[in-house]
Amino acid sequence: MITLTEVLTLSGLLFSIAVAGVFLNRKNVILLLMCIELMLLAVNFNFVAFSRFLGDINGQIFVFFILTVAAAEAAIGLAILVVLFRERRSIDVEDLDSLQG
Amino acid sequence: MESIYLTIVLAPLVAAILAGIGGRAIGRVGAQSVTILGVATSFALSALVLKRMVFDGAPSFDGSVYTWLVSDGVTMQVGFLIDHLSALMMVVVTFVSLMVHIYTIGYMRDDPGYQRFFSYISLFTFSMLMLVMANNFMQLFFGWEAVGVVSYLLIGFWYTRPTANFASMKAFLVNRVGDFGFVLGIAAVLYYSGSLDYSTVFAHAQAIAAARLQITPTISWSAISFTCICLFIGAMGKSAQMPLHVWLPDSMEGPTPISALIHAATMVTAGIFMVARMSPLFELSNTALSTVLVIGATTAFFMGLLGVVANDIKRVIAYSTLSQLGYMTAALGASAYASAIFHLMTHAFFKALLFLAAGSVIIAMHHEQDMRKMGGLRKYLPITYWTFLIGSLALIGFPGTAGFFSKDALIDAVGRSHLPGAGYATVCLTAGAFVTALYTFRMFFMTFHGEERMDHHTREHLHESPWVVTLPLVLLAIPSAVVGWFTIRPLLFGGFFAGAIQVAPTHDVLGAMASEFHGPGAFLLGAIAGLPVWLAVAGVACAWLFFLKRPQLADAAERRFHGLYRILVAKYGFDWFNENVLAAGARRLGGGLWRFGDQDLIDGVMVDGSARTVGWFSSVLRTVQSGYLYHYAFAMILGLASLLMWLLWRT
Amino acid sequence: MMFETLLFFAFSAVLVGAAFGVILARNPVYSALLLVLCFFNSAVIWLMLDAEFLGIVLVLVYVGAVMVLFLFVVMMLDVNLEELRKGLAGYWPIAAVVAGLMVFAILDVVVVKHLGGVSLGAAPPLPADYSNTRVLGEALFTRYAYPAQIAAVILLVASIAAIVLTLRHRPGVKPQNVGEQVRVSAKDRVRLVKMAPEKRP
Repeated sequence: MITLTEVLTLSGLLFSIAVAGVFLNRKNVILLLMCIELMLLAVNFNFVAFSRFLGDINGQIFVFFILTVAAAEAAIGLAILVVLFRERRSIDVEDLDSLQG
Repeated sequence: MESIYLTIVLAPLVAAILAGIGGRAIGRVGAQSVTILGVATSFALSALVLKRMVFDGAPSFDGSVYTWLVSDGVTMQVGFLIDHLSALMMVVVTFVSLMVHIYTIGYMRDDPGYQRFFSYISLFTFSMLMLVMANNFMQLFFGWEAVGVVSYLLIGFWYTRPTANFASMKAFLVNRVGDFGFVLGIAAVLYYSGSLDYSTVFAHAQAIAAARLQITPTISWSAISFTCICLFIGAMGKSAQMPLHVWLPDSMEGPTPISALIHAATMVTAGIFMVARMSPLFELSNTALSTVLVIGATTAFFMGLLGVVANDIKRVIAYSTLSQLGYMTAALGASAYASAIFHLMTHAFFKALLFLAAGSVIIAMHHEQDMRKMGGLRKYLPITYWTFLIGSLALIGFPGTAGFFSKDALIDAVGRSHLPGAGYATVCLTAGAFVTALYTFRMFFMTFHGEERMDHHTREHLHESPWVVTLPLVLLAIPSAVVGWFTIRPLLFGGFFAGAIQVAPTHDVLGAMASEFHGPGAFLLGAIAGLPVWLAVAGVACAWLFFLKRPQLADAAERRFHGLYRILVAKYGFDWFNENVLAAGARRLGGGLWRFGDQDLIDGVMVDGSARTVGWFSSVLRTVQSGYLYHYAFAMILGLASLLMWLLWRT
Repeated sequence: MMFETLLFFAFSAVLVGAAFGVILARNPVYSALLLVLCFFNSAVIWLMLDAEFLGIVLVLVYVGAVMVLFLFVVMMLDVNLEELRKGLAGYWPIAAVVAGLMVFAILDVVVVKHLGGVSLGAAPPLPADYSNTRVLGEALFTRYAYPAQIAAVILLVASIAAIVLTLRHRPGVKPQNVGEQVRVSAKDRVRLVKMAPEKRP
């Protein structure tokens, strides 16, 4: 039998790995997006686990919506990425410093 | 009665407003008519008020017509105190003002500021009436400042002349010094008596006299002396006593009617009037009285000396005014208030006359004021000549004229005083009689007698002034000649000012004189044997000798006493001191404060400094804003992590 | 029971390993493929948690659509792989510190403090005729009907936004404009001119 502690620990590990990924990747925006997907997965893990152990279906509804928004986010993020690459011929994060103004 | 008083005050004000803002709608004739009508109304009603009080025995009036505000128990209101003192002042002010109004028609005929001028002098009449009719310090101060403002406006009337602007500024600033003392005095009065009303304050006079002003734990001043000296500093500014006299000679930059009205007959006597009004306070302080006495006597003698070397005809009369104001002040110091007011009245007549006559000369000379370019005007200006002569005789105190009665009585009164400084004052005033005669007749001879020193062109155009100019001269000459005969008895010895002026029994010099007074005729005969009259005659003789018979003697004297002459021409260095020490020092202080305080401290450190600090801080903070996306992502994650930690382990 | 736990640990180990692979792989294609592996393992674990519908959706939608989109973009973009992996080494300490701190915090909450003392032992038993899909559907279409609509609109907006962002008007392309073609009439195109016959020179 799986216990809640085990699932939550697993999701915590996943989230931390994703955070580490954000720090490690300096060159590739796509990898940043993947790390965000990974974080969302970890969060979804929590929702699913609590939903199961509390016997409450609302958690899974939430996962449903998160998946929806994550899909939308991935679509737009990748679209922006394509436009960016078309403009700059690069997806290097360190080239993206125009926020400095 | 209130409505009469209100009309007296408001008629000139309404006229001033109409003339001032009426502009083209009422025109020059409209402006002169409305203002003369207003002042004539005031004069007629003032005369009526005086007649009722003196001949019909109407009681004094002391009442408020309007409460302006009540603050913390202090009531500020507009009110009138009409007794013999203010009634007499009202008549003098409105009469001289009326004469000047009429005279102005002729004098200012060609001036583009004609209407403005009428508006100003009517406004002045209003302010002066407010001053003399006040029954409280607030209104007195209002009138005090209002006449100051009008004086400023009128000295700078010809505002395109730099000298006029300088003179008006000087008058205003010097008067500020005096007003500072005056305000302090009023504040002291308010502090010790809790009220601004004359009647209440005078009722508290003994309480003020008992109070001490603690300066340091060991030093304390008498409150009454402090108050009175502060008030007198105000009077020094307005009545041009040394060392605050410097503005009056320069004020001659204004048009001559103004010199007659404001800077000779009325406004400058406001200080005299004020001290007389405050007699219940001054009587309680021998210190203040001595100060007044010494300053007045000093001014009377030393300012008279300056008149001997001045060459501008108006300046000579201005120094004479200073000197005569010194006489009045000295009389105040000797507690001979009635004598001071008596001299004030006669002086108003004959000094206005002298100024207006000088103005007539100036018109004839095409606005040439230098006496060295005059001479022999007697045959061209007969009316002016004779009226000027009457004025001069009155000024030097020639027996029988108005000035004789007031001045001789005044010197006598001061001589009987026992206050510290009275001896010095008596010497000054008696010697002043000689000086007065000397400069007056020097002016008289240089102007009307001797060789004709004007240029050819001017001589061809010399002719007597029009009737609007000569009529006031004649009307002023009459009281200058005769008013002393029938006013000396009631004013000085008849208890005319009973109730308005209080004199302590120990100071009552006029009371001592009253026992020896047996009518004006006897007074005249008694005085002819006295020193002042003979000194005056000697002065006239000297003037005749030095400036008419043997002018080279004057030049020789000038060379012989070169040092003294230089001091006199430099006017004792008051102007030099004021301009190079006070004004320059203030400018340097201001410049220093501006450069250090404003530019460096406020602008540099506070304004620019705060901006620069923000800029520096921003530039430091800017390095955080790298523009790299991942830096922002890190910041978010780090923030999230620290928030988590804080939530977890905050307890 | 023992077998289920064993299975969970096995899939968890693969999941964590794949996640490490995602962030450490040199080639973004590998990363994407490893992320797909993550999603597959997650789906399995979700199935074991009796969330069958979401598990299937994760595979179908995420792996089938989103991850394919990722792979597509990764392969389409002409990215210099040599450049991409530079500078990785310099940042691993801070990454390790932050990640370790988060793991520590989560373990502290979950393992040491037991979620503040909430007792959640075994999962409540499910009825025999339990259908995760039915329960989810009932909730979604009754209580969450409006949010579901909003989610649909968000997806629509996202797809339009993606098209708008990437749409490119190339110069020199000559597309047909059917409406204009239909509206056109003969006299817009041909002008008949009367002229005198000409003699052959």
